[in-house]
Amino acid sequence: MTQPSAVATATATASAAIRTEGLTKRFGPVTAVRGLDLEVFEGELFGFLGPNGSGKTTTVRMLLGLVFATSGRIELLGQPMPAASRAVLPEVGSLIEGPAFYPHLSGRANLTLFDQAGPPGAGGGRATRRRRVGEALERVGLATVGRRPVRAYSTGMRQRLGLAAALLRAPRLLVLDEPTNGLDPQGMREVRDLLAGLVAGGTTVFLSSHLLAEVELICTRAAIVHQGRLVAQDRVDALLVPTGRVEVATPDLDRATALAGRLPGIGVGEPRAGRLVVQLDGTSPEALNQQLVEGGVRVRELVMVRPSLEDVFLALTGTRTGEREAPDAAG
Amino acid sequence: MLRVELRKLVRRPRTWVSIALLAGLPTLVAVFLKVTGIGPRPGEGPAFLAEVLNNGALFPAAALALVLPLFLPVAVSVTAGDAVAGEASTGTLRYLLTRPVGRTRLLVVKLIVTILFVFLAVVIVAAVAFVVGATMFGVKPLPSVSGQTIAGPEASWRTTVTVIYVAWSMLGVASIALFASTVTDSPLAAALSALAALVTSQVLDLLDAAASVKPYLPTHYWLSFIDLFRTPILWHNVSRGFGLQGVYILVFLGAAWANFATKDIKS
Repeated sequence: MTQPSAVATATATASAAIRTEGLTKRFGPVTAVRGLDLEVFEGELFGFLGPNGSGKTTTVRMLLGLVFATSGRIELLGQPMPAASRAVLPEVGSLIEGPAFYPHLSGRANLTLFDQAGPPGAGGGRATRRRRVGEALERVGLATVGRRPVRAYSTGMRQRLGLAAALLRAPRLLVLDEPTNGLDPQGMREVRDLLAGLVAGGTTVFLSSHLLAEVELICTRAAIVHQGRLVAQDRVDALLVPTGRVEVATPDLDRATALAGRLPGIGVGEPRAGRLVVQLDGTSPEALNQQLVEGGVRVRELVMVRPSLEDVFLALTGTRTGEREAPDAAG
Repeated sequence: MLRVELRKLVRRPRTWVSIALLAGLPTLVAVFLKVTGIGPRPGEGPAFLAEVLNNGALFPAAALALVLPLFLPVAVSVTAGDAVAGEASTGTLRYLLTRPVGRTRLLVVKLIVTILFVFLAVVIVAAVAFVVGATMFGVKPLPSVSGQTIAGPEASWRTTVTVIYVAWSMLGVASIALFASTVTDSPLAAALSALAALVTSQVLDLLDAAASVKPYLPTHYWLSFIDLFRTPILWHNVSRGFGLQGVYILVFLGAAWANFATKDIKS
């Protein structure tokens, strides 16, 4: 890597932290992942969305060399996987399907053992390692309980310890599978802040999740998979196609229903829980509001309904997430 | 990586419990022999035990003969069966492999640790047995199974070869269990399948109808180390035992490696 040309090619391909081409995995008769083309750019927080059983975890396992692809190519940090595992994986931190530890050892002992397994990474000295473990524990707020056996940890604490393990070597790429599982709202917030801080520092984060809200909050781009296929891959704001649904809260429900019905390009639904639900096709929300207010309706609230993962799926695929073509063995 | 695995072995209570149990059985037998003074009649009962009453120096060999048919293989099967499947069942296997620890390397390290455990167990059993035998029955020059006596230094190298032979036989067991450990994600299932193979072998070994396969059974030459205490030493079965275990070790370690290196890790 000392020759200028070699460096140039390295930086040219380094713009993508993760790239897959036609990635496919079959388990016997079941195809868990079909022809997946992903591209995650360096330095971004990328969401990998899909309902449970859509092939997310199988994909994550293929990225990390745990499961071998039936066909297709994977590049991690510009190098082919799983061929370059030894070179690439030391720069990758991961949380795969929940954390795992030796229950009879303390959190600190677990991290120390984990840190010592595999190549030493930058600064393999004993003092460096101890400091590194201490810092990782501190970062996830476990510094004070690091000496208790993991057996006694709550789900949330284990999840944090798993994150600490992923952060041990200051990785260039973090691959996280459902990192906020088992955390309370406060914990979720802390993890989001932690990830935002890491991305600000130049780390690439690949976040696999079934929660649209989570991805929406922190990710800039996202891919959506369904039944092992890539449904969409784009900026998050582009994926969140407006539902065109508006909810109006008003005490004058009957009058509002009648008035709204007079507007062209509008579908008025049955009022539910004192709210009028309107589907706008060609009318703007402001036009609706004007119509109602000028007609004497007291509008307390007028809200654009945010799309749920369900809506995004419906818009993109025409199928609901629960409907499946074939049972999927692997998550 | 080896250091990490060794630390795991040493810090696991099970390691020490099983070694204590292994060393405890012959000690218990010695206490009974000493208190009652009733030994098995010569030529009957477990190997060497009849002679131990007169000479404690034979007790290490007798102790190994006591634990070898059942206790030791169980301990070895459990340890080796746990090697990979145990990591799979705790979920730590996926994190070890993404550190990354190479799959071949992980398997080799697990095998080395298992070997060390086997040696540790065999040596501790022999050492405890020597101390127990010497204090309870006293030490005299060894009478060989063939009647002549075996002098001190001669006796100690024969005991050393015995320890190596037993450990080598147990490595055969470990290989089978390690292979099973790469197949299943349940450490219990891995240990049980290795034990099932051994029990089958021991049953067939008792069956005259199975005479044609006997020389190839993994357990067939296990107790042949008794021949090391004859004068002159009968090397025939001992060397066949070494060779046969070598084949088992090679085949099952090869199978374990081939399976593990290409396996999809879904645990």
